[in-house]
Amino acid sequence: MARALINVPAKAKRGDLIEIKALISHEMETGFRPDSTGKLLPRDIITDFVCKYNGEEIFRAVLYPAISANPFFSFTTVATESGTISFEWSGDNGFAATETAKITVE
Amino acid sequence: MKTSDRNTSWASRRRFLIETAALAGTLGTGLPLSVRPASATAESMRAAIRKVVGDAPVKKGKVKLDMPPLIENGNAVAMTVSVDSPMTPDDYVEAIHVFTEKNPQPNVMEIHLGPRAGRASVATRIRLADSQKVTAIARMKDGSFWSDEIEVIVTLAACLEVF
Repeated sequence: MARALINVPAKAKRGDLIEIKALISHEMETGFRPDSTGKLLPRDIITDFVCKYNGEEIFRAVLYPAISANPFFSFTTVATESGTISFEWSGDNGFAATETAKITVE
Repeated sequence: MKTSDRNTSWASRRRFLIETAALAGTLGTGLPLSVRPASATAESMRAAIRKVVGDAPVKKGKVKLDMPPLIENGNAVAMTVSVDSPMTPDDYVEAIHVFTEKNPQPNVMEIHLGPRAGRASVATRIRLADSQKVTAIARMKDGSFWSDEIEVIVTLAACLEVF
């Protein structure tokens, strides 16, 4: 299981703009790099990243090999209600990872 | 010497210097040149952009692509794309696309946003295989496209290391 690092404020005021940061450990092998014998290493990347706030999609990214190893995204959302913010990554060779964070909105 | 002659000689001297510099740049990337895959050209970047925007015009402005102009390591380049938009249910940024000119593939990423984002700003880290132009295009709710581009210099290119 890939290691993921999530940064979501634990508490926020209703209507506040909050910043969300998500990083996951992944090689992001481009498919354009040759090994020592000159053969290209097959592509192995994360292709999709979705962030949901209480089940509703608030951010989605489609990734290409030009995204660096250990993909990192920082984005914002408006704190509307207490609940769960979930993160899902999926990619080549059946890669899948999920992570969640709780947020309390007052 | 007539003035026009002098101009010509300066022009050719300038061209010589530019070409020498370009050649040095090519040699500088060194050994892996022979095994390097074909890069996306300006042409394929245009094609990739056309695929996204169709025949719609792409206007300059509203989008701000932020990246250091001089990059030491092309393997992880911090990039921020922000779009000037109120992000209300009637007027928001639907998507942001980023393209490069000389990476092996022109597409870098596409981001889908909605009014719940509050602010249209995304930061990530990307790979750059060469000194080149990077373009960000935003699609608004009303279907219009806005763009920004930046010319960057990369001293250590990504995707070249051989192990």
